[in-house]
Amino acid sequence: MNKQLTKKLAPGHATCAGCGIPAIVRTVLGATDDPVVVVNATGCLEVTSTLYPYSAWKVPWIHNAFENAAATAAGVDGAVKALRKKSKIPADKKIKIVVFGGDGGTYDIGLQSFSGALERGHDFLYVCYDNGAYMNTGGQRSGATPYGADTETTPAGKNSFGKKEKRKDLMSIVIAHHLKYAAQANVAYLTDLKMKAKKALEMEGPRFLLVLQPCTNLWKYPTSEYVRIGKLATETNFWPLYEFENGKYKINWATENPKPLEEFLKTQGRFKHLFKPGNEKVIEEMQKAVDEEWRRLVNLAEI
Amino acid sequence: MNWQNIEEGAVIKHDITKSPKTGDWRYMKPEIKKAECIGCGQCMPYCPEAVIDFDSEKKADIDFDFCKGCGVCATVCPKNAITMGKN
Repeated sequence: MNKQLTKKLAPGHATCAGCGIPAIVRTVLGATDDPVVVVNATGCLEVTSTLYPYSAWKVPWIHNAFENAAATAAGVDGAVKALRKKSKIPADKKIKIVVFGGDGGTYDIGLQSFSGALERGHDFLYVCYDNGAYMNTGGQRSGATPYGADTETTPAGKNSFGKKEKRKDLMSIVIAHHLKYAAQANVAYLTDLKMKAKKALEMEGPRFLLVLQPCTNLWKYPTSEYVRIGKLATETNFWPLYEFENGKYKINWATENPKPLEEFLKTQGRFKHLFKPGNEKVIEEMQKAVDEEWRRLVNLAEI
Repeated sequence: MNWQNIEEGAVIKHDITKSPKTGDWRYMKPEIKKAECIGCGQCMPYCPEAVIDFDSEKKADIDFDFCKGCGVCATVCPKNAITMGKN
């Protein structure tokens, strides 16, 4: 195994073959040399990395329920501050608190504790790996599932084209908490993710990273393809890479000729039904929404 | 009783010898054509198991105890130096 990359998360975890989550964890935690405390909401990462009696984590790691990962991070932050006051932790020793949560634990179930921790200004980095549904339990729709996707609870068929609601705009919700730093990243662009993680980890107060994580099992594509599909998500403007830093937006990747959204959709089984006759309008609407969202972002970045 | 007296709960320490050998999952096996590998290391951070490291000649080398055979390394290799075959 790779000695450098496995300093904090070892192999032996049971993520599906071809899952990008471990690459996100290693890249984010690899961006700092300071001691880290990892708080992990229930989800794919949590169940696969700790198969009793084995733990793949080489750093202090706390398991939480779906709804309270950010509250636990707030508690860790409080404990660190109390121990510093009692001089049990030297003043010059920096400790980074990093939370990993999936989209279910962040967009939906954990949102209220997350919002609370952001508002109280605790010192932590929250990383959401967004695979767009509750993948750990078989792919039920979440607030992050895109419009038109076929999931276990929004099945596509004669009477339905899949999910009828739009994806929740979590970045805007988080940014509305007046935090210093929030960024959208993609597991297919690890250099960009590392740059963002490094920047975020060096700051104080609440910070947020939203990372796209294609799911081989329930986006339904071959195990070897997560990087290619992740890249397509950004190249079609479905998943723009951008940062919000001290009140300013910055787009990190742009092209003059974005690929048509179909190129991203046709790689995945969850959108297969959209290519059947009668569903052309759904793709058109999705393309329109992507274009609108991109224009909105460009306008924000220019201010 | 205050919180300091509460007994420490279940703490599990990392011990690689207790780890499941996820290499058993593999039904496809990557093979690195060493002559074509340029040692760029691009496959390494994308490997979900982080089992690719440099060998003594600065070429990619796979630890098959944990490699699940997903094939991500073969798709990200800029030189197509990794091929997938039956395990």
